[in-house]
Amino acid sequence: MRTTLAALVLAAALATPAAAETVLINNGRIVTNGAGGIIENGDVLIVDGRITAVGANITAPRGARVIEANGAFVTPGGFAAMSEVGLSEISGSGAPNDADIDGDLISAAADAGRAFNPNVTAIPVTRIEGVTRAAIAPSANGSIFDGRGALVSMSGEADSVFRERAFMVVELGETGAGRTGGSRAALWPAFEAALRDAREYPARYRSGQGGAVLNEIDAQALQPYARGQGFFLVNIESAADIRRLIRFQRANPSLRFVIHGGAEAWQVADELAAARIPVILDPLANLPDRFERLSARLDNAAILHRAGVRFAIAPGPGSVDAHQARLVLQLAGNAVANGLPWDVAFAAVSRTPAEIFGASNLGRLERNYIADVVIWDGDPLQVTSAPTAVFIEGVEQSLTSRQTQLRDRYNPRTRQH
Amino acid sequence: MRLNLRPAIALVALLSLAACATTGTDTETEAEGPAPFASTYTPAPSVPTLIRNATVFDGKGAEFANTDVLMRDGRIVAVGQNLSAEGATVIDATGRFVTPGIIDAHSHLGVYPSPSINATSDGNELTQPNTAEVWAEHSVWPQDPGFLRAVAGGITTLHVLPGSGNLFGGRGVTLRPVLGATTVQEMKFPGAPQSLKMACGENPARVYGSRNSSPATGMGNVAGYRQAFANAARYARRLRNAEEGNGDPPDRDLEMETLAGVINGDIILQWHCYRADEMANAIQVAHEFDFEIAAFHHAVESYKIADLLREEGICSAMWADWWGFKIEAYDGIRENIAFVDAAGACAIVHSDSEVGIQRLNQEAAKAMADGRRAGLEITRAQAWTWLSRNPARALHIDDETGTLEAGRRADVVIWSADPLSSYAVAERVFIDGAEIYTRGTERDPPSDFELGQTYTRERAQ
Repeated sequence: MRTTLAALVLAAALATPAAAETVLINNGRIVTNGAGGIIENGDVLIVDGRITAVGANITAPRGARVIEANGAFVTPGGFAAMSEVGLSEISGSGAPNDADIDGDLISAAADAGRAFNPNVTAIPVTRIEGVTRAAIAPSANGSIFDGRGALVSMSGEADSVFRERAFMVVELGETGAGRTGGSRAALWPAFEAALRDAREYPARYRSGQGGAVLNEIDAQALQPYARGQGFFLVNIESAADIRRLIRFQRANPSLRFVIHGGAEAWQVADELAAARIPVILDPLANLPDRFERLSARLDNAAILHRAGVRFAIAPGPGSVDAHQARLVLQLAGNAVANGLPWDVAFAAVSRTPAEIFGASNLGRLERNYIADVVIWDGDPLQVTSAPTAVFIEGVEQSLTSRQTQLRDRYNPRTRQH
Repeated sequence: MRLNLRPAIALVALLSLAACATTGTDTETEAEGPAPFASTYTPAPSVPTLIRNATVFDGKGAEFANTDVLMRDGRIVAVGQNLSAEGATVIDATGRFVTPGIIDAHSHLGVYPSPSINATSDGNELTQPNTAEVWAEHSVWPQDPGFLRAVAGGITTLHVLPGSGNLFGGRGVTLRPVLGATTVQEMKFPGAPQSLKMACGENPARVYGSRNSSPATGMGNVAGYRQAFANAARYARRLRNAEEGNGDPPDRDLEMETLAGVINGDIILQWHCYRADEMANAIQVAHEFDFEIAAFHHAVESYKIADLLREEGICSAMWADWWGFKIEAYDGIRENIAFVDAAGACAIVHSDSEVGIQRLNQEAAKAMADGRRAGLEITRAQAWTWLSRNPARALHIDDETGTLEAGRRADVVIWSADPLSSYAVAERVFIDGAEIYTRGTERDPPSDFELGQTYTRERAQ
């Protein structure tokens, strides 16, 4: 059915400007991600891009479009807690790739939001799998600072970047050491010197003294984070590096950190919980493929959950890409297979990233939340499931992508031989 | 998919097989006795085992409910209902699923092991475009911790290949993931032919083009294949003539030996190729020099030429959904595997990844579900053929493994649930009837490398 209707769906999508309608989703298995838990046989009402009611037996307002969910999962949209989506159409082959920054002209000042392209084909590919939001960041090679990340929608609309300069990415593990002469012994002094440069911006630059390690532009960009007005997303993996970060944070309580990676976080779970440092982890990281990940294991997420650490699920440092943000749901499903409760796993790819990144009106099906809503043909954490409808800010999205167009062109069921 | 030895060279092939009965790969064994680097694999000790009352996928496309599987002396004895076997260890598998072990036709475990550092990056002899003389097995590090992880994902056989940066990467090897092996010979699948790894496309053109040497382009790639096979055909002819008493054999040339092995069918060809047009060109090269291609690997565009691949009898070893990381992967679609299967061609789910190899069942599940949504009828047992029978075909070991037929090696996995699910895990893994992995009983890791790490210390507590 989907293949034969695809052309019509595409035509309809092109003909109708994106508009937020009044929609009542009837009789679904509602994953609220909030106090309501999972509501069986529940309804969700969407008005003007917001969720206005969630519960049983909601009456459709006049003029509302009613979608019968027939017991299907209805969830908040997925949130890829780390991605490069929108930063390249093709990442290799010498094609332009705004995710990778060579050289040291700009480091901390790099700004992913200003490189994002809502028209890349990876965005429809991502949203038709139920992921509606992502945090994106560039990757540098000349500095321990990769630059500033942004929060983006998968709507493909011109206003997709909904939070610019949301966080500062810094490398404080093996990768960072590689950028400071190969040693952590130089890495941490370099980080501290950069923070000092930023805090003393602009005075030391106007005086002609200049920065110890940062140029003026990077110092300016780093300043809000060095003053605790935004958080550092820290790429680290090992227990030793995490302990160093916890100590550093204790000595610098105004600074805010989120760990990305944390393959050995399970070894310091209680300390992380006490320090209230969230982690964005990769539940598939179980190989000692790097010396900072020698003790990676599949139940990292389950152990952190039991210890009370807040965490989101996304590909780890080195695995983040521009094309497979959709796979965060598979990662979460694998965390379930390794002992994480389902609702925590689903939250880790929807509500928790929104909370960590400060997008407090996303990630739940509750009144006044932004209406990123997905209806599924099965359990959303199962690889066999797919959305049957995707709403971003109340607007139903086309389920067509360049990939589905290729599929329809070559489908042996419909193709003329 | 079986080798079709042409009469003119069948005698040579038989002679060389006789000279190295253990591996069946070398074309040139000068001395009597076992071939160099022969398999020393011996199955782990096993007891007769009866798995009772499972849902069984037989690897040939059929599913049986409430069915038993009997293994004895390392082989499948029977698959059926209400089997009995005196003295056999009985495993109640009610609610569980039983399948043939997963065979990964494309792995770099051992040659790009963990930890990944310069010194361990041992998988591609990128010193010239043709390194057909190198053997991946000589780079395999048996202590790679990835082997244990693969077994925990239900892997019972894997084909380890050299990398794809040159036109001829070298010989690949079919291995058992023997945990605790100290030599690669202990891991070699007995009787499995070696492969030659070749590569189309961007990788060789990029590597050598950037060195201002050939190949720098797609046309340079094809010229490189053709010249090498033209040389190898002459080498093979001189060998054959010498064996028939006509003239001296050529000086031994390891690179030529590999290519001649492809021409005479002793060595099977595994060809890294993404694009439909490049696969079609590769098929022309194979026709010109009269050799067979076992499988195209990655084969992101196989769905565009599925009928041609069926007619040629060439398998496609594919990912479920990788795409976009380079332009030759731009047209990847989630239905590729299902569309190739629907055309009647040989579809394989492969990993090319130390992470992906741990859950190839999930990749098959994706392809099955997306194929169904595109309107195809695909049973879950049919999807399992992409993981066991079809890769066994592409590796020419389908007479030995890949299905649960009586007489086949007892390579069997018991899954906690429907393995075409994200939540299923391999609970027990058998190779040659011996239980080599049991979930929840992990103690010291089998890799020496992992001893003394904090992971181990934590486990010891």
